[in-house]
Amino acid sequence: MTEQRLRAHSPRRALVAGALALAGLTAGPAMAQDDPIRVGILHSLSGTMAISETTLKETVEMLIEQQNAEGGLLGRELEPVVVDPASDWPRFAEQARQLLSEDEVDVIFGAWTSVSRKSVLPVVEELNGLLFYPVQYEGEESSENVFYLGAAPNQQAIPAVDYLMNQVGVERWALLGTDYVYPRTTNKILEQYLQDSGVAAEDIMINYTPFGHSDWQSIVSEVREFGSQGKKTAVVSTINGDANVPFYTELGNQGVSASDIPVVAFSVGEQELSGMDTEPLVGHLAAWNYFMSVPTEENLDFIQAWHEFQGDTDAVTNDPMEAHYIGFNMWVKAVQRAGTTDVDAVKEAMIGVTVPNLSGGYAAMMPNHHATKPVMIGEIQPDGQFAVVWETPGEVPGDAWSDYLPESADIIADWRRPLACGNYNVATATCSGQDYGD
Amino acid sequence: MQSFRYRPQPRIGEICRLALLALVLCLLAVPAVAQPDDEAFADLVRQLNADSFPAKSAAAAAVAESGHPRAEPVLRALSESRLFFRIRGGDVVIARETEDGYALTDPVTGEPAGEATRYEIRRVVINNAIRGEIQDLLAVAGLNSPEPATREAAVDRLLSNLSREATNLIRAAIEDEPVATIRETMAVALALSRLEAEDPAVRLEAVGALEGALQDRVRNRLRDVAEQDPDPAVQRRAAEVLTSIENERAWWGLAEQVFFGLSMGSVLMLAAFGLAITFGVMGVINMAHGELIMIGAYTTYVVQQLMPNHIDASILVAIPAAFLVAGAFGVAIERGVIRFLYGRPLETLLATFGLSLVLQQLVRTVFSPLNRQVNTPSWMSGSLELNPVFTLTLNRLYVIAFALAVFFVLIAVFKRTTLGLRVRAVSQNRAMARAVGVSSARVDALTFGLGAGVAGLAGVALSQLTNVGPNLGQGYIIDSFLVVVFGGVGNLWGTLVGGLTLGVLNKFLEPQTGAVLAKVLVLMFIILFIQKRPQGLFPQRGRAAAEG
Repeated sequence: MTEQRLRAHSPRRALVAGALALAGLTAGPAMAQDDPIRVGILHSLSGTMAISETTLKETVEMLIEQQNAEGGLLGRELEPVVVDPASDWPRFAEQARQLLSEDEVDVIFGAWTSVSRKSVLPVVEELNGLLFYPVQYEGEESSENVFYLGAAPNQQAIPAVDYLMNQVGVERWALLGTDYVYPRTTNKILEQYLQDSGVAAEDIMINYTPFGHSDWQSIVSEVREFGSQGKKTAVVSTINGDANVPFYTELGNQGVSASDIPVVAFSVGEQELSGMDTEPLVGHLAAWNYFMSVPTEENLDFIQAWHEFQGDTDAVTNDPMEAHYIGFNMWVKAVQRAGTTDVDAVKEAMIGVTVPNLSGGYAAMMPNHHATKPVMIGEIQPDGQFAVVWETPGEVPGDAWSDYLPESADIIADWRRPLACGNYNVATATCSGQDYGD
Repeated sequence: MQSFRYRPQPRIGEICRLALLALVLCLLAVPAVAQPDDEAFADLVRQLNADSFPAKSAAAAAVAESGHPRAEPVLRALSESRLFFRIRGGDVVIARETEDGYALTDPVTGEPAGEATRYEIRRVVINNAIRGEIQDLLAVAGLNSPEPATREAAVDRLLSNLSREATNLIRAAIEDEPVATIRETMAVALALSRLEAEDPAVRLEAVGALEGALQDRVRNRLRDVAEQDPDPAVQRRAAEVLTSIENERAWWGLAEQVFFGLSMGSVLMLAAFGLAITFGVMGVINMAHGELIMIGAYTTYVVQQLMPNHIDASILVAIPAAFLVAGAFGVAIERGVIRFLYGRPLETLLATFGLSLVLQQLVRTVFSPLNRQVNTPSWMSGSLELNPVFTLTLNRLYVIAFALAVFFVLIAVFKRTTLGLRVRAVSQNRAMARAVGVSSARVDALTFGLGAGVAGLAGVALSQLTNVGPNLGQGYIIDSFLVVVFGGVGNLWGTLVGGLTLGVLNKFLEPQTGAVLAKVLVLMFIILFIQKRPQGLFPQRGRAAAEG
């Protein structure tokens, strides 16, 4: 239903198409392609992930609109094809299949949770599609058909822990997470990293809670007790989505302030804070590659465009939106470089593409299909924004396979020929060190 | 016992410094002298907006040491993120958010300094380290505050970071301190400082004086003394005192667990009361019950949007509003869907499940899929601190009280009102009730409306504890069914006891097993229990039960 309506002809589209057809006539038959380029958007618009993913769908729509206003791509118009996988993981795979085989999209922007990405992965590999994934994730993966624009653990979790250890002097660590793949893998990497840095096992506490957990009394009380032993303590939070609001509320109620036990979160951004009373959260931290408060011209332009697109001057921007911005521009540049939207040509052209990010630097696509990103630590302000209190000196290249896990330390990904492998084991010189497909 | 002189050399220095400070303060009080000092102070304040955090930290310390009468309000504003700077010119101002921008105050004079829009000023950003330093600086000043709460917070803060200056100030203040509890904390602080003494006798006496002090700092310090003190007698005594403190802390920990359990139980209870009425009394499996709770929570949100300047009173308005709105939805659901399906439980289940999805999507369309922010009234925020290890969070206390109030009102409705009488009559024998002139259709609608209204009340309470979003209801529907089935279908007492039992059970399991396993274990416990007693804790007696 939705797709149908969105593909229907709008008067403006007809105008553009007419103009393009005219341009094609004058420029010769080689340019006379008036078929639009189809951009698949695979984000949940209903169900539990709608809270985060709806904004991303709108971001891609805005980027498409902007690109069309500049004359489209290769002289062709871009056309969004929107589907709603409804926060249902098998549906992500079905809809991806539909986008690639029926709607014949040239590229897909989408997915948020790791499980939705893992569901889509075999489909885009089988049908040779392109997926741009915009969210920070647990790593340990590199697919030929996926470009990872969110942070790998070495672009978020590791620098955040370094900051707390070296700048704040944290000695005890409570790793709290929601019970699923991203927190478990991230905490495995962090636990190893902390122990390698000389943190004793009894100074690390790990706790998992179900999705949407709402009764945080005992866990916050445990953290308080854990942090009362005289050593500087911090919470590293991989708590996802809705569970964060009651968690932070309980911290405030039990009087845990950020100057006593700071919480650094990897899944809490401006979007999540917009539904919270942030007054008691001032000073708690988040690690991202972008914050809305970054005072660069590119960012101000982006925010202004977003406000206009939304018709709401209070609408916030966040890190995954920047990831789509970077990914979209990279794809546009790669298509221009390749001169075609053909997947194999674009895949090749993507590696080495460099586009500006929103914080005044550049993002480059690495041979392992991960991007370079700056890492920033922000403290929550009373208005729900983050103030950057620390930043890596330059952009950090994303590491597909963590160097801190023994099972993946020897594995690298490099999609350039002749290696062309997502899991090359440098010790055994073979190309299937890990099975990342499931 | 020989009296001990505490590090005589620095103390004289301290006294000189304090005297000097007092002198400066006296001089400041003279306006003629204050004028040029204001300029120097204004300069310091401007430096609070330096480029780097170390520079800001140094400026904050300089402001504190300036002894200027405005130093304390300025530092307080900085630590509470109320200090801004003008983007043009860089002047530092204190700002308070108003409806259309900010009201400004001059930091040096404390006089109003006009207004600004959000495009003209920006917040002076500090980090946690500076925030902590400022709190330490303010704590020293706070010792002399006329407000008991400020003094108490100051002593608590100083305990963990006891400088010599602070010890001296506490020693000077303890005699005149009118509040007994603050005096006790001050005595603990002084005893902690005596633990550093060179004379073992003094240390031994200090260890004894710490008996019964539950503060974290005391326990951690005693742990060190018990292991490392050069004197074995002091070590032994410290170990003894430590054990008694640990024991007492363990007791309070247990009390805390019970409180957590009761508060969780009261939430379960509130969520389940409405279900106990619709499921228990009417035999309708209402899968949309959670969404009726959600409607109650959204009503709270709407009420707060309508009265943004009276958040404190908004909850009191929201309670009847949520009852009426959710109740109206309930009546509509009963009239529109359920009345056609009486006696076909599986079909009611499917129909109401579909309804729950419709209501969720309705809320997404009307309010957006994002969570809405419901503010907590000031009288419900914070906590009641009974001692350093046992605090009762106020919002949870109010929810417990609210759940009990709802319970007793419901009992009264069922036992004392005509509606209650008719509901009981219809639920026990529909045909007989109709025969004596009870309009069973009207009673059905009203009963369902009552159950829905109570769900709305639960929504008001939950809006204070968790997210107000389209998924709010889903999180509570399973728990509500568990409570009702465990407590005994159709019995409010069963819901009360069932809810509290499951809450306490969960909270005692959780620290041992983790939250995920605790939920599984509680579910298994209920399954086993239902095997033994299929009717739940409080089985229904009489004909209805026999027929069912």
